Amino acid sequence: MIQPAKLDLITVIIDGKEVAVPKGTNAIEAARLAGTDVPHYCYHPKLSVAGNCRMCLIELGMPMADRATREPIMDPETGKQKIGWIPRPQIGCATNVAPGMQIKTQSPMIKECREGVMEFLLINHPLDCPICDQAGECKLQEQATSYGRGYSRFIEQKNVKPKRTQLGPRVVLDDERCILCSRCVRFSQEVAKDDVLGFVDRGSYSTLTCFPGKELKNNYSLNTVDICPVGALTSTDFRFKMRVWFLKQINSIDTESSVGANTVVWSREGEIYRITPRRNDEVNDTWMADSGRLLYKQVQVDDRLKEVTCHGAASDLKTALAAAAEWAKAGDVAVVGSGRSSVEEQFLTKKIADKLGATTSLVARLGQGDKLLISEDRNPNTRGALVTGLIDQLPATELTDLASAIEGGKVKTVISVGEDLAAAGLTAEQISKVNVVYLGTHANPTTAHAGVVVPTLTVFEKSGSFINQQFRIQKFAKVVPGPRGAIDDLTVLDQLLMALGGDSVGGDVTGIWTTLAAEVSALATMTFRTIPQTGLLLDSTPWANLSFPEGETLHFKPALAEITV
Amino acid sequence: MSDLTEKRIIFKHIDEAGYSNDIACYQKHGGYENLKKAVMLNPPDIRDEVKKSGLRGRGGAGFSCGLKWSFVDRKSGKPIYLIVNADESEPGTFKDRYIIHQDPHQLIEGTMISCFANDVKQAYIYIRGEFPEGARILEQAIQEARDAGFVGKNICGTEYTCDIFVHRGAGAYICGEETGLIESLEGKRANPRIKPPYFPAVLGLYQCPTIVNNVETLCHVKHIMDMGADEYLKIGTPNNTGTRIFCVSGHVKKPGYYEFACGQVTMGQLLNDVCGGPLEGRQFKAVIPGGSSAKILRFGEKFTIKNKDGTTKEWAVEDIPLDFDSLAAAGTMGGSGGVIVMDDSVNMVDALANINAFYAHESCGQCTPCREGSLWMKKISTRMVHGEARPEDGELIKNVADQIAGRTICAFGEACSWPTQSFVAKFGDEFKSYADAKKHKPADALELV
Repeated sequence: MIQPAKLDLITVIIDGKEVAVPKGTNAIEAARLAGTDVPHYCYHPKLSVAGNCRMCLIELGMPMADRATREPIMDPETGKQKIGWIPRPQIGCATNVAPGMQIKTQSPMIKECREGVMEFLLINHPLDCPICDQAGECKLQEQATSYGRGYSRFIEQKNVKPKRTQLGPRVVLDDERCILCSRCVRFSQEVAKDDVLGFVDRGSYSTLTCFPGKELKNNYSLNTVDICPVGALTSTDFRFKMRVWFLKQINSIDTESSVGANTVVWSREGEIYRITPRRNDEVNDTWMADSGRLLYKQVQVDDRLKEVTCHGAASDLKTALAAAAEWAKAGDVAVVGSGRSSVEEQFLTKKIADKLGATTSLVARLGQGDKLLISEDRNPNTRGALVTGLIDQLPATELTDLASAIEGGKVKTVISVGEDLAAAGLTAEQISKVNVVYLGTHANPTTAHAGVVVPTLTVFEKSGSFINQQFRIQKFAKVVPGPRGAIDDLTVLDQLLMALGGDSVGGDVTGIWTTLAAEVSALATMTFRTIPQTGLLLDSTPWANLSFPEGETLHFKPALAEITV
Repeated sequence: MSDLTEKRIIFKHIDEAGYSNDIACYQKHGGYENLKKAVMLNPPDIRDEVKKSGLRGRGGAGFSCGLKWSFVDRKSGKPIYLIVNADESEPGTFKDRYIIHQDPHQLIEGTMISCFANDVKQAYIYIRGEFPEGARILEQAIQEARDAGFVGKNICGTEYTCDIFVHRGAGAYICGEETGLIESLEGKRANPRIKPPYFPAVLGLYQCPTIVNNVETLCHVKHIMDMGADEYLKIGTPNNTGTRIFCVSGHVKKPGYYEFACGQVTMGQLLNDVCGGPLEGRQFKAVIPGGSSAKILRFGEKFTIKNKDGTTKEWAVEDIPLDFDSLAAAGTMGGSGGVIVMDDSVNMVDALANINAFYAHESCGQCTPCREGSLWMKKISTRMVHGEARPEDGELIKNVADQIAGRTICAFGEACSWPTQSFVAKFGDEFKSYADAKKHKPADALELV
């Protein structure tokens, strides 16, 4: 585990309270460290400072010193250095702390400033909270309760602006709600590097829009919805579906690629409504790709497997696994693990393969990286397979070895943990030559041929961990129950292990971790419970000589593998 | 009785018969001799001279020019830019355009001296979009100066090289705000930058150290070069050196531009003696001394001014000497020198509605208080004019202004709120009684928004 470098701390006084904060911290973050919330709209910790909302105004003072001699000027009454207060309020977001700086966030002047800004923001705001998707997670709503007037002094007509502009395939804009904070504009320029948003017109008639002929359609467009402090930008997918306060939030991991963006999955009564990014400064900051947000759509689809089958007929788990064990005990078994399985599942898969003396392989999924949050390796857990020993070399995209082994009659039974063998390059003829035991979530050509099919769970229906490209182990938790009939992968694998005559390692995550920590050296001394929500970095040196496919992404720079000629 | 004859330095040749804006005429009148003199000097010496002269910026804020130059980051290794702010848009101000139209070489010479003094290799003249003729004249004048070796390569035969480009604005008041101007010059929307960290002297144009000076200010540099700081200091009063051009408009017999030494005349002298007093049968009611954003003065009000020795004196509006510090002491500012005079035919609510409409139209829309407040003030004052005034509107509109001033990114917040604050403070009675005085929408009233 790698410790971050010690930061230079400086002491500032916030509302009379001394706090030590890292150098370069701005007043908003410093106040946060001091336990005080400075309300703001335009400031976002991962974007450049715009300073336009004027909500984060603070009073600022510096210890006074004689201009010529630099000698501190003392206050004879208190015996302390005099503080020179700037008469005008300053914006907290653009104020970086300095030693001895004094900040007032709760003074009458500041309260009045915030009330003024709130009133201004609300006069042309439609106040349509009852039909607004942002209600419940709206900064404007939130801060109106603290700094709102409660009645309006504005008796004129409100400005009229476009109400529903489709900025792109996934984002809808309501210009009347927009408070012109420019977060979305800055995000598009600075993070997504797709400069398509801007303001037209001026003054209070300023309107957010796409540049002529452009669309907000990059794969990160929905982040603008996340960072929009009001209901101006809404997601076409989530719009009008559910009130956010009804939704339960569970931490998860994006399974699109080996980046492992941290996510929150929002659900109600067993149904998922949306996926949003979760802040992890070491992995994805506060962003995630649009594509990963739609992954929940596979949970409730018609081709979900819901029934254990044995020789094409409905069966129960015990019978089916007994049949599978029968084949397996006959020898000549190949185990196809998955880079989409959790670390725990891969560990059990490895145990099964060891028990049978079977060959193991993994199917690689490769694609183009976007240098941001989607890497070349589209499996979320290739590193997990390495760490658990399921594989010791990087996988190929096609199972050519397995294909030739089948052709040569050296393999009679294939146990596939969620991998479609047809997609991995096996022909229908080859698949039909062997007994196939398939554990998986969705129907595919392999399930059609498999002698034993056991329906298992998607990432949203179980708990576990993935190891991302940085060798950071990150946890995901069960969000919704699986469909009736589907069985937790760990239960299935553990039962199969027992059916093969092995010892149970426990059918749940915490149980498995006892064995996992004991047997996998990279995870020694760890427990599942103590992995922090932002993950834990593992020592990657044992695999330093492998040439991983990943290029650079947001917080990952691949170590240049030494090329030996 | 003090001397009421104009002291024309900058405007020496404006409207002079036979004086043309070409380089031959300029040189016949001694033009570019000061540039020739300057390039033989040591740049820091010129800077010291300007600092010593006490020259204050003529664009509005009246900030010391020498001090501004001293803030320039000369150690960064980045190029230093100089921008001539010719985006003269403050209502009531019309001095720079005369310099540009009739004496462009004076500006070019002043600019080149300032460039040399600050090791600038590239200068820009950012000219207001509505001055197409001015831009054309400047382009031509620069070409003439370039051909004559005063602009461009090897200026006056020395190693020193510096060019000037003219850039036309696209028509916005906010482009006169120096950081908004820089953004606009970079090809972006003229949203002023936050300060800190974007002080032009350190992170200006293209994130390089940049000096932004008003047209008139740079012309003064030429004259400081000409007469030397010691001579220049003798013009005006201490801390208010040099001359000022007053652009008098409104209800006086002889509106126009007048150049006087700072503090040479009082407001009363300027309006009554120089400008011929109020129109027949009228009386002065109010005057805005420094462009529409300066706080208004009401004739009849008295100011108690502290003398340096601790004693106090009382001034009427007519007694205020026209210099930076005296106007500041009276609670307003010299600003850009646009003196707007209103007589008793003017209703102050109507006048404010006009000013508010301007500022609401010109707010860039970047930061909340100014964006929303300026339009709200316009909506209130327009509604009043439309015959829907309420007695409490004066209080409300002033309160809106109070919520803007001092809380915005740039000085536009003050510019748009000071008129309202001062109008209501000084003519509160008219705001209270407006509902009774005017119940009907006048034919020429602004449209309700």
